[in-house]
Amino acid sequence: MNRFSLAASTLALALAACGSPSDPNLNEVGPRPAIPERNQTLIPPMKISLPAAWGNETPTVPAGFAITPLATDLRIPRQMLVLPNGDILVAEGRGGGAPPLRPKDVIAGVIKKRGNTQVDSGNRITLLRDADGDGRAEVREIFIADLNAPYGLAFVDGSIYVAAQDALLRFPYQDGQTRITAPAEEVTKLPSRLNHHWTKALTASADGTKLYVGIGSNSNVGERGMAVEEERAVVWEIDRLTGARRTIASGIRNPTALAIEPTSNLLWSVVNERDELGPQLVPDYLTQVRDGAFYGWPYSYWGKTLDPRVKPQKPELVARAVTPDYALGNHVAALGLSFARDGGFGGRFTDGAFVGMHGSWNRQDPSGFKVAWVPFSGGRPSGPPVDFATGFLKDGKARGRPVGVVFDPTRRILLVADDLSNTVWRIAPTTAAATPALSVDNTRP
Amino acid sequence: MLLPGAYRPHPLHALMLAFPVALFPAQLVADITYLNTAELQWTNFAAWLNAGALVMGGLVGVWAVVDLVRISRRGGARRPLAYVSALALAWVIGLVNAFKHSQDAWSSVGAFGLILSILSAVLVLIAGWIAWSGRPQEIV
Repeated sequence: MNRFSLAASTLALALAACGSPSDPNLNEVGPRPAIPERNQTLIPPMKISLPAAWGNETPTVPAGFAITPLATDLRIPRQMLVLPNGDILVAEGRGGGAPPLRPKDVIAGVIKKRGNTQVDSGNRITLLRDADGDGRAEVREIFIADLNAPYGLAFVDGSIYVAAQDALLRFPYQDGQTRITAPAEEVTKLPSRLNHHWTKALTASADGTKLYVGIGSNSNVGERGMAVEEERAVVWEIDRLTGARRTIASGIRNPTALAIEPTSNLLWSVVNERDELGPQLVPDYLTQVRDGAFYGWPYSYWGKTLDPRVKPQKPELVARAVTPDYALGNHVAALGLSFARDGGFGGRFTDGAFVGMHGSWNRQDPSGFKVAWVPFSGGRPSGPPVDFATGFLKDGKARGRPVGVVFDPTRRILLVADDLSNTVWRIAPTTAAATPALSVDNTRP
Repeated sequence: MLLPGAYRPHPLHALMLAFPVALFPAQLVADITYLNTAELQWTNFAAWLNAGALVMGGLVGVWAVVDLVRISRRGGARRPLAYVSALALAWVIGLVNAFKHSQDAWSSVGAFGLILSILSAVLVLIAGWIAWSGRPQEIV
């Protein structure tokens, strides 16, 4: 027996075991996505889109819109906030803190790193000001320094709230301020003993009395044991003044961005679902965060579909698992959510949500890498998603990866944070009432 | 395992062989414990034991192939051939098992992973038995 031919044939077998390609006819989006059979493979089908520079090019936006880099050379921009005076805050940084437990963690970490920026974590908030509206920030200041992986941002009643990876912080703010040196006041600590999914999403309720924080799971599907999942994969409601909190939703694997739907004032979230069940499982989703709801993780997905990888199972929990409202596509890695309000951009983009999609690693045909528009009507999604900003992926190379998105109704612009090219993009209509004709993306991201 | 042919590995070779001989069966025990308890640390242990067996087993395998080539030039290579074959098979199955153990939670072992662990453990014990039962005659 020749060990080399054996090894070679094993390798061939293993590569073949990388899984079947995606079926382009499968509906991956909307309220009733296809949930195909699980397709677990010995080697997860990793497809890292290596970075490439934009050069003189920019992302593609619909006819009637223009896109400009508002600011470049940031240090991993994630989520953003527009202050009442139009100043833009950008949370910069990379968190995390979950030691590798298996050889796989070490190897996968090295591979995935190749698809990300090599810039050091900013751990700060930068203020951008584009007072003349020319699409370039003429003022740029380090607004708050020395934060621990800041992510979610909110402004309520003269205070700025920052969800760092270990605590929710409050800073006093005066209109026009470009730098805060006052010490942070800790509203409450956030779960951080391990931070596999470290991002802490943040938004304020419509009346400003409550803050909502999204806290991601500490594993893909419970493979670190359920002890480290205490108060993970949850959304917290925090009383803004007292810091008292309660868990309003659970089993919500990684709620990466929270926002209030402006017509109903209800809380919505984009959520990243689990990997390694195949290229078309499990859909990342957009959902209303219902008080008391359990969204399945890790025991089941898309409602009550059991995930056999989790032992022991919890049938009593699965029995009340809620099906999410709207699938965004598989492995798209939705990280940004912002609702159009006060008429949005008009036309097709009047009522709905912008969703930033960071892009996939766990399928051979990349998905995501764009900003999508989900039309709403009566406070609910009302149609298939439409591409809004694309071109982040070109010839198999990633030039940018969208994270946070913010619609500013006062200036009628959409901001997109891109944590690969370390840019904040500004998208604005070229005419006052842009009503571009768009082809509907038939939902095959 | 009485095979003709004089083969006794170098002492360092024998020491290195001790690693996969110990680690593959230890992995089997860890896998069985995981399947009995669903305590995830046991499948983590199993993954590292398997990785250790592959690293040392790979090195010792190369050495064993070199020995095999040298001996086969003089004829009478049935014993080292049997040794190399068992070791190679244990290693290749271990490699597949490393990928199996990279899956998450229960999928990291399951019935398939357990079968692979049993095969690796049995084959490496056979390889060790053959390697260490050679007549005391220096080859290397």
